[in-house]
This record gives sequence, C-alpha cells and structure tokens, in this order.
Amino acid sequence: MISIEHISQSLHEALSASLNSTLVLLIEMVIAGVLVIALFAVLGLVLVFMERKVSAYIQIRLGPNRVGYQGFAQTAADTLKLLIKEGLTPDGADKFLFNLAPLVVMVVAMLIMAPIAFTKGFQLWDINIGVLYVSAVSSISVIGILMAGWASNNKYSMLGAMRSGAQIVSYELSAGLSVITIVILVGSLSINDIIASQQNGWWIFKGHIPVMISFIIFVIAVTAETNRAPFDLAEAESELTAGFHTEYSGMRFAFFFLAEYVNIFVVCAIGATLFFGGWMPFHIGSWEAFNHVMDFIPGIVWFFGKIFSLIFLIMWFRWTFPRLRIDQLLNLEWKYLLPIAMFNLLLTTLMAITGFYFK
Amino acid sequence: MFIVDYIKTVYSTCKSLLSGMRLTGYYFFHHKEIITQQYPDVRLVMAERFRGEVVMTHDEKNEHRCTGCTACELACPNATIKIVTKQELQPDGKKKKALDTFVYHLELCTMCNLCIMACPTDAIKMAQTYEHSVFDRNQLTKKLNAPGSKLMEGVE
Repeated sequence: MISIEHISQSLHEALSASLNSTLVLLIEMVIAGVLVIALFAVLGLVLVFMERKVSAYIQIRLGPNRVGYQGFAQTAADTLKLLIKEGLTPDGADKFLFNLAPLVVMVVAMLIMAPIAFTKGFQLWDINIGVLYVSAVSSISVIGILMAGWASNNKYSMLGAMRSGAQIVSYELSAGLSVITIVILVGSLSINDIIASQQNGWWIFKGHIPVMISFIIFVIAVTAETNRAPFDLAEAESELTAGFHTEYSGMRFAFFFLAEYVNIFVVCAIGATLFFGGWMPFHIGSWEAFNHVMDFIPGIVWFFGKIFSLIFLIMWFRWTFPRLRIDQLLNLEWKYLLPIAMFNLLLTTLMAITGFYFK
Repeated sequence: MFIVDYIKTVYSTCKSLLSGMRLTGYYFFHHKEIITQQYPDVRLVMAERFRGEVVMTHDEKNEHRCTGCTACELACPNATIKIVTKQELQPDGKKKKALDTFVYHLELCTMCNLCIMACPTDAIKMAQTYEHSVFDRNQLTKKLNAPGSKLMEGVE
C-alpha cells in the first residue's frame, strides 16, 4: 500500500544515496518549506471560498456562483486582484514595523505548522514538547497584531490592536488549561504520544464529560485567539473599520487575511489532534473487525476531515452569533471560562488518578 | 444562592446559543429556503398590484379609450403627464376635441396611481415592468398613444 510515509522515506533514501548528509538536510528543508507554502496558498483559497459559501447558505443566500463552476475560481480571481494592487504605506507610519508586521503574523502561523503530524510518520519536526511549543508560539502572533496597530499611526488600528492584546492574553489561559486536560490524561506533551494514546478511541469519547467540557472551552478560546467572530473585536468592521489592518492594502493585507485562515486551520489541527485523535481512524476499544475496516481510510483523509469539520463549527459560530462587547468578552473569560476550566482540570486530575475513564 | 445563579446563567446561555445554531444549521442544510433570485437568468413576474409604469391600453384595431379630457394631467402631483389635444372633424361636420399626443415623463413619475384613478374612461393603467434603465434621460419621456391610433367607438 502506498502511503505518504513511504514516499517521504524513499525520497530520503534516494537523496542520501547520492549526496552527503548536510546537503540532504538542506534539500529536505527546502522541500518542506515549499510544501508548507503550497499548503498555505491552497488553504487560503479553499477556506475563503468555504467561508463565503457557508456564510451564504446560513444567511439563505447563494454566495459566489459566477466565476468558474459554482464560483470555485472566485477566490483565485480575488487573490490575483490583491497581487496586482498597490501596497500603500501611510505617511505617518513607522515604515519598518509597518512592513514587518504582516510577515511576523505569517511566520508565526508557519511556525505552528512544525510539530503537527499530518499522518503516520509525516511530520516536519517531532519534538517531545509539541503541545507546549504550539501554545507558546501561537501567542507570538499578538506581537504582529500589536506591531501592525501601533505602526499604522491610526486610531482605529491602535484600538483594534489593544483589544486584540487584551483578548489574546486572557483567552490564552483557558486554551492552555483545556489543552492540559489532555496532557494530564496522556502523560506526555509529544504530539505523537497523544495520537498514539488514542489508538483505542478518541479522547472526546474516552474522557467523557470532563474532556467534553474542556473541548467546548478549547473551541471558544481558540475562536477568541484567532480573532474570529463573535470575538472579532480586533477587527470589528462596524466600529473600527478593520481594526489593526485598516491601513493595509494589496499583498500585505492579503498576508493578514491568509494568516487568519491559516491560524484557524492550525488551531483546528491542534484541536483535532488532542480531542479527535489526529490522523488516527475512528476506533472503538477492542472491536478488531470494525477498527480494521476503519484503517482502510488513509490517515490524511481522517485528519483533514476532522480539521474541516472543526473549521465548519467555527464558521458556524461566526455566522450565528453577534459580536461581544469588550467588557462582555473579558467577563466571559475571567468569570466563566477560567473558573470552569480550572474546576474541570481538577476533575480531570481526579479522573486520571482514579482511572475513571475508558481505557 | 450565588452558585445556583451562576449555573443557571451558564445553562441558559448555552441553551440560547444552541437554539441560534440550530436555526442557522437548518438553513445551511436546507437549500430550498434560499430566497435569492438569479436575476438575469430568472426574471420575476410581478404581482398585479405592482406599479411599474403608466401605459395606455390599445385594442387589436389600434384604438385607445383616451378622450383627451386631461383629468389625469390635473390629477398628477408632479407634472408627469402632458396631454396635447387637436380639433378633429367629425363625419357630421362638427369639430370635436381629441387626443393628439399623450406625453409621459417616466423620470418624474412616483407611481402614485392618481392618474389611473382619475381617468373616467379607463384609458391608462399601470404595467408590471421594472427594467427601466436607459442610457439617455430623453428616452424616459414616452409617447403613450400608439402611432395612427384613434379613439375607440362609443367612448365619450
């Protein structure tokens, strides 16, 4: 059976047969970089189109349906338009920081891609603290947003960036606590260990109520962390025009736009890995025959299926709920999510000690 | 009790959020609810009561029912209608006032329907058309009586 693991391994062997190890590493890094950038480009096109269609159907509209079959070429046409537009830098802006900010946001989104396991043996960087790495790096993106808001020399941008700062700093906590729930149950921070522990069932089923609560908290927190509606105070079109990227145009704006969707993809990938077993097919305990049938569907299909289901959930939130006010936002985090997450953590710890979960 | 209120708040919030998601989820999966009309492909037929523009009815012998009484012109609140009359020689030798040109300014019309209500002979009515865009404003000034048409027999 051909699998992605075999392809990557045979490529590695073919390269190391003729070249020395430094060169092999270099070439492999270039290939990985190109693959990540290609994935980003495809994700940008697919997710924007998906968002527009989902929003249209939820609002009883049709959405884009003129360019290409059923509007499939719409996002490609939009990207083309953004590429040829002028990237304006405002007069009073801090030019260096203004131009750096979109790159920071993009690079952070790229960095989180490193420890994600796409399928068995297909991972850019297998580190033993994968979850910690992800939660540490993902909070850097707020620096890019603050940079953009501050450097723009615009009051809307400034307000949006400040709101975004307050928001990400507070929601980081409950996202972290809900991730720790799974770490406690698995006993490891490595992404591969977490996936391997779900061989006999995903944590959302094995860990029953406490894991479900932490999954709900995780979804709410990452929606806030990626600045998506109903937590899109950093953008808030109706109040702050476009928040931190008011002054951006052309390709630099496209970077922010792309980074938003890549961030959604990445947090959904993390959510799928932690709660739904990553690339692990749907297994039920010791039902050997059932598990074997499920194994016929490749891991990459499972992984992307789970990610896109989660992305759909987050889009569903966006087009259903109205935006929260800043005080409501902070109330929700500090008075509801954080205490519940802490209590839930205690519950999970007790559960892990007593072994009161499906093994 | 504080803790009871707290749990109640969480419960009612979750419930209301879920009921909202249920409705939007229903719309997402039921495309028959979509109300968008794809206009150039699908052209709606408007209801009878829709007021698109004033037209004059002509029968198959190219005869209209307008006597040129100018009741519509007087009823019009913003001078949309201008009626030009002429003296027509009757077969019995008498002269009689008759309609020469019924000028209608669509660009001034507010579709108030007062001219149609004022007309004693039901000569004009509202049409259900709605594609009125033209490249020149002059094209909106219309002559409603068809060329060569004359008054219908028996309409006074």
